[in-house]
Amino acid sequence: MNAALPPSTPAGLASVDSVTALLEGVGYIASRPIATALYLAHHLRKPVLIEGPAGVGKTELAVSAARALQFELLRLQCYEGLDDSKALYEWKYGKQLLYTQILKEKIGLLVDDADTLSSAFGKLAGFQDLFFSREFLEPRPLLQAMEQPGGSVLLIDEIDKSEESFEALLLEVLADYQVTIPEIGTIRAEVPPLVILTSNNTRELGDALKRRCLHLHIGFPDSALEQRVLRARVPGIQDQLLAQLVAFVQVLRADNIRKPPSIAESVDWARTLMLLHASVLDEQTVRDTLGVLLKRETDVREVEGRIAKMTQAALAAG
Amino acid sequence: MDSILAGFVRALRAAGAEASTAETIDAARALALVGYADRASLKAALGMVLAKSEDEKQIHDEVFDLYFDRPQPVAMDQAPARLRTGDVAVDALLDLAQPGADGQGGDALAAALARAAASAGVDEIRFATQTGYYARQTLEALGIAPLEARLAERRTDAEAQAEVQALEAARDQLRRQARAVVQQRYAIFGKPATEAFMTEVVVTRALGRMAPAEMERMKAAVARMARKLAARHARRQRVELRGQLDLRRTMRANAGHDGVPVTLAFKHRRRDKPRIVAVCDVSGSVASHVRFLLLFLYALHDAVGDLRSFAFSNRLQDVAEPLEKLPFDDAMALILKEVGNGSTDYGQAWVDLHDRHWDAIDRRTTVIVLGDGRSNGADPRLDLFAELAGRAKRVVWLCPEAEGRWGTGDSAMLRYRPYCTSMSHCATAADLERTLDEALEAYH
Repeated sequence: MNAALPPSTPAGLASVDSVTALLEGVGYIASRPIATALYLAHHLRKPVLIEGPAGVGKTELAVSAARALQFELLRLQCYEGLDDSKALYEWKYGKQLLYTQILKEKIGLLVDDADTLSSAFGKLAGFQDLFFSREFLEPRPLLQAMEQPGGSVLLIDEIDKSEESFEALLLEVLADYQVTIPEIGTIRAEVPPLVILTSNNTRELGDALKRRCLHLHIGFPDSALEQRVLRARVPGIQDQLLAQLVAFVQVLRADNIRKPPSIAESVDWARTLMLLHASVLDEQTVRDTLGVLLKRETDVREVEGRIAKMTQAALAAG
Repeated sequence: MDSILAGFVRALRAAGAEASTAETIDAARALALVGYADRASLKAALGMVLAKSEDEKQIHDEVFDLYFDRPQPVAMDQAPARLRTGDVAVDALLDLAQPGADGQGGDALAAALARAAASAGVDEIRFATQTGYYARQTLEALGIAPLEARLAERRTDAEAQAEVQALEAARDQLRRQARAVVQQRYAIFGKPATEAFMTEVVVTRALGRMAPAEMERMKAAVARMARKLAARHARRQRVELRGQLDLRRTMRANAGHDGVPVTLAFKHRRRDKPRIVAVCDVSGSVASHVRFLLLFLYALHDAVGDLRSFAFSNRLQDVAEPLEKLPFDDAMALILKEVGNGSTDYGQAWVDLHDRHWDAIDRRTTVIVLGDGRSNGADPRLDLFAELAGRAKRVVWLCPEAEGRWGTGDSAMLRYRPYCTSMSHCATAADLERTLDEALEAYH
């Protein structure tokens, strides 16, 4: 059984390896599961739901994919109270109102030659669809993504922040890649967008949505992968420093802290150390720059006493 | 769809990861794209399509490794000289038993055993004690009979000892391999089913009669039930009543536009966040119930943001702090030590609650009382309990005693009953789950 390939497969999505290469081209080092997810998402035409701690590159994956494929990126940030008028489409209510005001004056001219009420209605009936046409439609990200002729990446960020009713709304859009507007009809995407949903797991998502998505969990990377990521993100960093700082971050993550540093923090830290012209890691530097890695006061206090030991361990491992 | 994938999905379901038919179809499509050749990609792809939560992913990865690993061929004790017996069936078995003899490193043996195991129905295995039986069935399906017959026939022949040795070695090798295959199948299909069955038993077992060995299993089961509850009652606070215009707010918002409604305001109503106050009698007869109620409540942390818990036997104490700070078992031990001694006095507990923690109870609060209502003849202070019931949204009483015994002896259950929203017999973890579900339902 061979799944029918979507008619337009960009060269970068032809195989798992080419996805890896494609993303590497724009500085995103993808692990095998990540590349597989993107590959399957395109070929199975399914959205990818990405879960994982903050700062491991969930959002960045969508941004990088759009850049690498030269697709339009449409981003929908979710929050409590998000509804279809902000996600799908909205009628330009103010404009409609304005036109009504203008028409009010013209309406006399229009029905002037009608002698009866029913013939006046007949004349007006021709105009009734005017206010609910594309002219007055304000497309929001979901609809915009459907309408991109050259393909698009639709990023639905932090879906866990929205309400369950919004998930239900997404089901139609994500299953058939179409949006139904009662006044106009169904708008179907000619090129299905590559849909990426991210979640920080503040609430459990509904089963119906999960079943329709490919589920990708991005965790903290191992040290080899993290070194590659840092090398791509912080060009010019010295090998020795790189190995040491990655080793330190790995030690820190294994420790009992509430908010372990993620890749975003390691990148920031690497940039900080570069700015300080540090060529090797030492205890004082770590102490001075710990705030870049740990964002909670309690975490800083927790590890403060053991920095010397951790630095030693990192130096030995790096 | 190929049988390998079908078997894998069955194994996943047996292990408790629910893969739907639609997902199985997706898996087949993903498989067609990725293929069997690259194991890492295959694992990633199947994991993405079939497992939709972190728990399921963990199960998936374990089952994947079990399912797609074949048991390592065990090296034979001594490599016997290549032997030809002239009997085609026996020779074929001898070739199979010698890894490397066919130049394929045991692939042929593994494939033959897998076929034999499938026709012997090894996937039906449920208990570890069935291993021997199914290993034998597998060997018979493999067609070991001629080899054994020849062995029995030659054993008495003094001149054929070399052949007998070789035949014995081959037979033992096949036995070992068959056993290994059956054990692997048991790990995939049998063990999870047994585990699930045991958990089901434990959940409906009376909490008061829990053997220590079952505690751990029970804790895991409670955590899982709590997760399910939390998912069902996850925060949903604002309900938009779509289409209902809030006239007052719309008019005020558009006063600047001379009353022309340029911006619209819609009605919505707010839901109360669940607030739960648990009041637990921790005297001996109820202690194990309290333990699981609190375990439940604390596992429900996501759904119940606001939770106070009090324990008493005669004096009432706030026990939230040890429960939040200490590991659960230590916390319970501490609570039982500090509060558990002394004769039960419900009246005194209400007095303490009234004097010190009355502000914890308001019209949004559900009060869950867990106790047998046996107050040693002391004044039950119905007046205070009535006031408490009047203040709270709901009062739910869980009693470990069966309904028939309420009101007998020093039990004041029947006197408290009129003030409670509900009062029920609570004997098992399943009862606890149902009660909490109902309590949280009231906030929807």
